[in-house]
Amino acid sequence: MIPELGHFALILALLLSIAQSGFSLAGAARVNVAWMAAGRSAVVGQFVFIVLAFGALTYAFIEQDFSVLYVATNSHSQTPLFYRVAAVWGAHEGSLLLWSLCLAGWTLAVTALSRSLDAPFRSRVLGFLGLISIGFQLFMLVTSNPFERLIPSASEGRDLNPLLQDFALAVHPPILYLGYVGFSVAFAFACATLLEGRLDATWARWTRPWTLAAWLFLTIGIALGSWWAYYELGWGGWWFWDPVENASFMPWLAGTALIHSLAVTEKRGLFKSWTLLLAVTAFSLSLLGTFLVRSGVLISVHAFATDPARGIFILAFLTAVIGGALLLFAWRAPRLKSAAGFEVTSRESFLLFNNALLVAALGLILLGTLYPLFMDALELGKISVGPPYFELVFLVPMMPLLALMGIGMHAAWKRGLLSLARTRLYVAASIAVVGALLIGGAAYGGIRPVTTLGFALALWVMLSSLSVPIVRLRARQPIPGAVLGMVIAHFGIGLTTLGITGVQSFKVEKDVALAVGDAAEVGGYAFRLTALKNLVGPNFTGVEGDVVVSRDGRPVTTLHPQKRLYNSGGNPMTEAGIEVGAARDLFVALGDDLGQGRWSLRLQYKPLIRYIWLGAILIALGGAIAALDRRYRERVVARVGEPDAAAAPVS
Amino acid sequence: MRFLILAVALCLSPIASAIDSGQRFDDPALQARYERLIHDLRCLVCQNESIADSNAMLASDLRREVHELMVEGRTDAEIRTFLTERYGDFVLYRPPLRPRTWLLWSAPILFLLGGLTVVGLIVARRARAARANPHILEEEPDQQ
Amino acid sequence: MKLPLKFLLPTLAFAILVGFFVVGLGRNPGEIPSPLIGKSAPAFSLESLDDPASNVTPTDFAGRAWVLNVWATWCGGCRQEHEALLAIARDNQVPIMGLNWRDDRALALGWLTELGNPYVSVAFDPEGRTAIDWGVYGAPETFLISAEGVILKKRIGVMTPEIWQREFVPLLQAKAGAG
Repeated sequence: MIPELGHFALILALLLSIAQSGFSLAGAARVNVAWMAAGRSAVVGQFVFIVLAFGALTYAFIEQDFSVLYVATNSHSQTPLFYRVAAVWGAHEGSLLLWSLCLAGWTLAVTALSRSLDAPFRSRVLGFLGLISIGFQLFMLVTSNPFERLIPSASEGRDLNPLLQDFALAVHPPILYLGYVGFSVAFAFACATLLEGRLDATWARWTRPWTLAAWLFLTIGIALGSWWAYYELGWGGWWFWDPVENASFMPWLAGTALIHSLAVTEKRGLFKSWTLLLAVTAFSLSLLGTFLVRSGVLISVHAFATDPARGIFILAFLTAVIGGALLLFAWRAPRLKSAAGFEVTSRESFLLFNNALLVAALGLILLGTLYPLFMDALELGKISVGPPYFELVFLVPMMPLLALMGIGMHAAWKRGLLSLARTRLYVAASIAVVGALLIGGAAYGGIRPVTTLGFALALWVMLSSLSVPIVRLRARQPIPGAVLGMVIAHFGIGLTTLGITGVQSFKVEKDVALAVGDAAEVGGYAFRLTALKNLVGPNFTGVEGDVVVSRDGRPVTTLHPQKRLYNSGGNPMTEAGIEVGAARDLFVALGDDLGQGRWSLRLQYKPLIRYIWLGAILIALGGAIAALDRRYRERVVARVGEPDAAAAPVS
Repeated sequence: MRFLILAVALCLSPIASAIDSGQRFDDPALQARYERLIHDLRCLVCQNESIADSNAMLASDLRREVHELMVEGRTDAEIRTFLTERYGDFVLYRPPLRPRTWLLWSAPILFLLGGLTVVGLIVARRARAARANPHILEEEPDQQ
Repeated sequence: MKLPLKFLLPTLAFAILVGFFVVGLGRNPGEIPSPLIGKSAPAFSLESLDDPASNVTPTDFAGRAWVLNVWATWCGGCRQEHEALLAIARDNQVPIMGLNWRDDRALALGWLTELGNPYVSVAFDPEGRTAIDWGVYGAPETFLISAEGVILKKRIGVMTPEIWQREFVPLLQAKAGAG
């Protein structure tokens, strides 16, 4: 009964999405206050029914209702409650419901928090968001119904993939989706702006906090995915340039370019059409990711079960939404011009270079990810484009970007005035180079060109970021939220770069065969296998090893790698034993029983790896602080149709 | 179909059989070369993984082949050719440099130079305009 | 209302991308075509499955077209296609040689006894080296080799009578007509 109610709720949500779009767009066109209000009510209604649908599916999982096909495929009588709930979004149909829930949530937030926008504009934004909602809800109801019944019902479920039975499943998809879906707000703002033919740049100020919010969720979501892969997959890898990973990274790059471009547009009214195009692109890349993971056109470890009908539907939806937005852009953007000027070393200039490099990086990843598809479609054979390619080419735009980032933070709007910053920049650069040589040489015994460059750029960005508040405090100037956020986020980028350089340059990995009592050495640490015991868990059995790690004879820690066999069947899973440290991680994974009491183990030494994710947390924190800057919460009244006019200078 | 399910299950579990304890080189330089090679080769069964990380039986067979070819004294290029003769370019994670991948390999420099050139021209134009007409430095968008 | 070309570029680029996706939806990215098609069949000399003392090699079939079928007892698809192979063997157009891949000899022999034996001879490849030489990456796989020893076709996956008729027989007839 509950699943049927859930299904019904989904249908009602679709009808309300249609009402939301219809009333909002028509109401805005005719400036009909009643219709626009109806559109806003529909937003609330849609949200309520999506929550009900989501609740119904969750209930089916909690009650282990194996008469629902989706539950039977993704759950098992012994699956713990926590994972049963997380399993709601563990596969295709449920993850679409999560998408829709996130979209309904963002739409509700926009409705509630944008009362200062003029009503027709706000309605158009809600109208466009509604169109996207319609697409996803229709997709579910037509091709991917989470409430489909299994008749006769199964006596036992197939269980959630053991790889997914982990805490991270509870957080990674929801946060990631909040990010992906959040870019729809910027997209809707851009479409509304284009549709209205607005010539001013107030929309940039309105869009910016929403974009920052979506971007920070995406940052955390991607970082969580990376961290999860690291400890769960047993190889100690943290990024694989898998097509779906790339599909999440590309919107992030576009989003980063967008928040910087919005700064220029908001401040000086420049590059309006470029910023609008970026806003459309960021969400388009989110949708593209959805297509890539569910259509089967690319091979990916993240790919959901696919079938041709679904692929065609998503592609049609993609074409309609993105194609429509791009045509709207082509129609309206040519009218948006501005005459403002700026010096070569001005902040505007640096932000432009930022955009160029980020878009170049984005283009390279897009090309590399899709190249096998292009070649196959043209019947030129099958090739693979993997980590060796991406790792190399990503550095090409990234290194100049890191270098310029350190200077750009100190450039003043319009005039640059870099001479004022010269001293601190030289100091930062010197410390960075010396520091890089020290870290590489002294700490890890290796001075290599790319490694040293990586460390130097990381330190450079970190020091340059720190000098911004230091200078302001010394001059007794206030530090607004936007500036503080920028400093923290940029510092985070430097920290992440430090971690990446460290682990990629100096990691050590060794496969060994050990019997109880044997030891092996990796990265200066001794790993001794001291015991092997049998293991029983809630829905699995297995073997656990005790590995004592010591350095210079003194014990550091004991790790407990496990090998599990889940009761629902399937292949054995390995749970690595990881020791987290400020300077390095130590990693042990249990392999196979080789007979005669010996087991194979993979031992790894991973220097500085934690800073990759710590940096990401700081990046997101910076975004949050910037988004909450007080000036976004002040009322801004827009004047529609007027080109940029000289106004009081903004601080 | 059953093979497909087995393969998928195998490919989705983190390493168990990917750990080889037998195939090591005593010489660290050779071992490093071996590891680089096996990480650059794609598993054809678990196609999301390199043969270094894959649990598949074929992956361990291919690791053995690479090991034996190295012991025979073959160069990296010869080992890659050995594999592409049998499996095609798909097995290489680093795409080979051929006419058909020219765009892929020249893209980094093309995109970088292209982007920097476009931006450079825009910046130059705006700076020139600012020099000619200092008052447009003062133009502001409508804001309060 | 004029549309400067540069503003239409994103739309154009997107349209091209969609075109590729439409084609891509119809293709299978994981299926790897064999680079050995049109080349000489790789040589090998393996123990016969039933008699370790005697050897099986491609030259056994020199001068006539033949089929190599890669199979194993752990392979579910191999069981599925067994009927089709028996039918092809009964037709007697081409001899089929089996390549028993990474298997247990006793289990393999038992399998053939239980299900029937479509193979003229079976090469035993417990280490998989010959399979690698032939570019095998999954079971079952079936190769068609010409009388001159050139690989004409490779079927990846289960063999069915329809696929045999549609894709393999025409090649056999073309060769017969030309030769």
